[in-house]
Amino acid sequence: MDVLLAFTRPSLDWHALAPELTLLAFGTLITIVDIIWDERSKQAMPTLAGMGLLATLVPILTLAVDGTERSMFGGAYVVDDFSLVLKALFLISGYVVVLMSVDYIRDGDYYENEYYTLMLTSLLGMVMMSSSRDLISVFVALELLSIPAYMLAAWRKGGPRSNEAGLKYYLMGVFASAVMLYGMSLVYGLAGATSFDAIAQELGSGPSNPVAVLGILFVLIGFAFKVSAVPFHTWAPDTYEGAPTPVTAFLAVASKTAGMVALIQLVFVAFLGREDVIQPFFWVISALTMTVGNLIALRQTNIVRLLAYSGIAQGGFMLVPFAVAADAPARAIEAVVIYLAIYAFMNLGAFTVVLAVARKTRSGEIDSYGGLFRYAPGLAVAMTVFLAALAGIPPAGGWFAKFGLFRALLDAGGGWAAGLAVVVAVNTVIAFAYYARVLTQMWFQPVADGDDRPIVVTGALGAALTVTLLATMAFGVLPGLVGHFGEVSVLSALGG
Amino acid sequence: MEATGFDTWVLSLAVFLPLVGALVIMMIPKAYEAELKLVALGSSLVALIVGVYSAFQFDYGAAGDLQFVVDKGWIDVINSRYIVGLDGLSLPLLLLSLVVVPLCLIYSWNHVPEPGNTKAFFILLLILSTGMNGTFVAQDMILFFVFFEVVLLPMYFLIGVWGGEERRYASLKFFLYTLFGSALMIISFLALFFLSKDSSGELLHTFDMRVLSDVAGVGIIKNTQVWIFAGLFMGFGIKVPMFPFHTWLPDAHTQAPTVGSVILAAVLLKLGTYGFVRIAIPFLPEGAVSWAPWIGLLAVIGIIYGALACLAQTDMKRLIAFSSVAHMGFVMLGIATLTDFGINAAVFGMVAHGLITGMLFFLAGSVKERFHTLEISRLGGLLKSVPRMGWILGFATMASLGLPGLAGFWGEFPAILSAYNPGAGLPEETFRTYMVIAAVGTVLAAGYLLWLYQRTAFGEPPEEFAGHEIEDVNRLEWIAWTPFLVGIVLFGIWPNLIFNVTDDVVSGITASVEAIVAGG
Repeated sequence: MDVLLAFTRPSLDWHALAPELTLLAFGTLITIVDIIWDERSKQAMPTLAGMGLLATLVPILTLAVDGTERSMFGGAYVVDDFSLVLKALFLISGYVVVLMSVDYIRDGDYYENEYYTLMLTSLLGMVMMSSSRDLISVFVALELLSIPAYMLAAWRKGGPRSNEAGLKYYLMGVFASAVMLYGMSLVYGLAGATSFDAIAQELGSGPSNPVAVLGILFVLIGFAFKVSAVPFHTWAPDTYEGAPTPVTAFLAVASKTAGMVALIQLVFVAFLGREDVIQPFFWVISALTMTVGNLIALRQTNIVRLLAYSGIAQGGFMLVPFAVAADAPARAIEAVVIYLAIYAFMNLGAFTVVLAVARKTRSGEIDSYGGLFRYAPGLAVAMTVFLAALAGIPPAGGWFAKFGLFRALLDAGGGWAAGLAVVVAVNTVIAFAYYARVLTQMWFQPVADGDDRPIVVTGALGAALTVTLLATMAFGVLPGLVGHFGEVSVLSALGG
Repeated sequence: MEATGFDTWVLSLAVFLPLVGALVIMMIPKAYEAELKLVALGSSLVALIVGVYSAFQFDYGAAGDLQFVVDKGWIDVINSRYIVGLDGLSLPLLLLSLVVVPLCLIYSWNHVPEPGNTKAFFILLLILSTGMNGTFVAQDMILFFVFFEVVLLPMYFLIGVWGGEERRYASLKFFLYTLFGSALMIISFLALFFLSKDSSGELLHTFDMRVLSDVAGVGIIKNTQVWIFAGLFMGFGIKVPMFPFHTWLPDAHTQAPTVGSVILAAVLLKLGTYGFVRIAIPFLPEGAVSWAPWIGLLAVIGIIYGALACLAQTDMKRLIAFSSVAHMGFVMLGIATLTDFGINAAVFGMVAHGLITGMLFFLAGSVKERFHTLEISRLGGLLKSVPRMGWILGFATMASLGLPGLAGFWGEFPAILSAYNPGAGLPEETFRTYMVIAAVGTVLAAGYLLWLYQRTAFGEPPEEFAGHEIEDVNRLEWIAWTPFLVGIVLFGIWPNLIFNVTDDVVSGITASVEAIVAGG
């Protein structure tokens, strides 16, 4: 209460805020450059945006080397190893998305500088999300990352589908925010504080209180919309299909990661004591999300919709460790962080191939991948690696992500956890059935419409492919690389 | 025993040289086909030479101990290490796998099946080779799992791209079945990781197969052992395949290109049985004792079912595929007895089945290539039209039905015999019943194999092939087949070549099972 009554200027740790400020500076720079040089500056936009993202990695690196945990605003904003790992992940994902966007946005003659400004703004929200340890800062970060994303989804102004995508995403997003805010108000009413640590203390002990249960559920459901968990997933396929493909990749990877990051902090810090609510909730919702996402994906004929439903199912996999949040917290956080990191690269990689192929075939149908191996063996092999990774087949990276889930579940032990492990196992098999449909087209089928000219992969797309392919394979063969980050982030998330 | 000097590299070279070959080939443009093939053959041959070197350096006096052991850090965060080692159980299977791949490359030298693309075909075979070799030497469960899975995608593509009419269905079925099994297998591996304790009750938290084999499931209560074993049973049993999970096998075998079938029969199925002997039984002896009667039951059902299915087949390749189900039934029966005798027979049976059935699939492939059909009713008179091939087919069928003096005998006969006196804690009457049923199975095997031979090789060649000049066994086929034929005779006459090598490991496993059963 004192904070409200007598305002004292909070001390700012400029080093800790350097990543956010760098990102903000580059976003502003892009706008200014556009205003001054207008048309002539267009060529430089993606370069500037990419440079901005890479430059932001520098302070993150120095903070990581420094290694001290920095806390500001009464613990509402924390820079620790956990947040640094995720900030870096957001920025690298963002960089890959910028690479994917270069040709798409330029060829479409869309507004280039606004596009990159909004993307950087959204990334700023994500970067802030990973440091937020307070209901208010989580909410601010969430809106900061969401609002630009609504606009990006509707970027193809002329296309009705893109407009539909943006509108649907916006309406559902706002609805989710409203539900979440209501939940937050209940939680605040009971706990009398907004910081996660205080909430944990107030709610974590004592008998179950129906209002607290309701508040927690509403907050969680709000984020369930964000990460498109079943039954709150209905916006995702239409939005993914209608939005420009690079934006779809951005939503499917970066935006989903941001939602997961918020959930990690809420569940593992604020609500951990209420395992009677969170564990059953996540058991049901993860089992549902995996299964429904996978089953609907089986019927898709459009590659982007297929990846959308596969993304929903993958989100379900990521929610699995939350079901044992209280029983095996360290393993569970590690599993989610590792899953997020690997998922980012394999999924961005798959979208990059989709972009590259669509440049030639001008189609999103799975049938248009017929005979890809004959005329574009490199892309076919790359897509095979990404799909194998998504399906969790070694030596491509995804297996270690799935392995992390199993490890968290079995560390928790008990019949329920083992049961969920079997659900995961069954879903892994179902998932392969639809990834195999793309493989079948690429490898086993004749060339679609007989046009077997090779595909020209542009420089930017080639770079995106190289980054994602190398990362996907490296995580599969030497999972220690990503495992290390998982371990580091656990220590700080639970210790803080 | 940690290896030193060059010996530290032996197993890693044998495993990864084919993969290096595959990577090199990826760099070579398609147009340089001769170079591609030479690199492929070269890398697999060098791997074989390394394998042979390891066989010569192998200390047969200590065949029960792991040799050429390398133990290096790999995934520290989960305490999984790069541990490889070779003992008497791994050695014969590793050599089998190392021999089969170059022979398959030679067999496909000039005629990669439709739709061609030698480069991709050879790359996949080499990746497959790395997966198979690695599985046989891995001594860390996660490493084992990765190699076990590496095999899947190349085989999926081999069947799916170069297979027969129903290839898409067959390849997907193969993949989904195996994937399901391995997903449950990894759950069991993790359960072992979290639950295994050493003799003083400390949690081990290790994937090291040497350690887990030593502690032999002490500290995991029987009920839990049964559940964990169930997961392993799914993982390995589907791969074997055991009845009722066998249905992927006939489709995969029938649709796969010739060398795909050969590798599937010769090596891939053995990954499952090897898993039982290497992991499931020694790690979970009590679970194994509880499961053994059921495994035995499924094994004899497989024997009889496979044999009856063979009698009903009209397609030569499909018949051989079902005979695999029956033969792997004998192997699993031997394993289920949990006796020294039975498991030794099973390991022998793995090698023998690999050579014999591999040979039969080669023959089926060559017949198909010459006559463009595998319908038994349309074939006939092979002894007249292609006499050499006809004789080899006769030889291989004789070996397959277990004629004494050829390799097949030593896999089947002791396996049946061992069921008379099963290991400690197993119901005698049940296993003796199994023994009788299995013996009936051998009679049926003789029936379908002789009938097959009679219909395809005897009599006059059918009219539709009259007047065509049909090529007999050609030079490449001779090169590819001779090692198989020599092996079948050699191991038939001198079975101790394998028994002596495997016995130390096997008796170690059965002794520890017995100790546990006696103690509990």
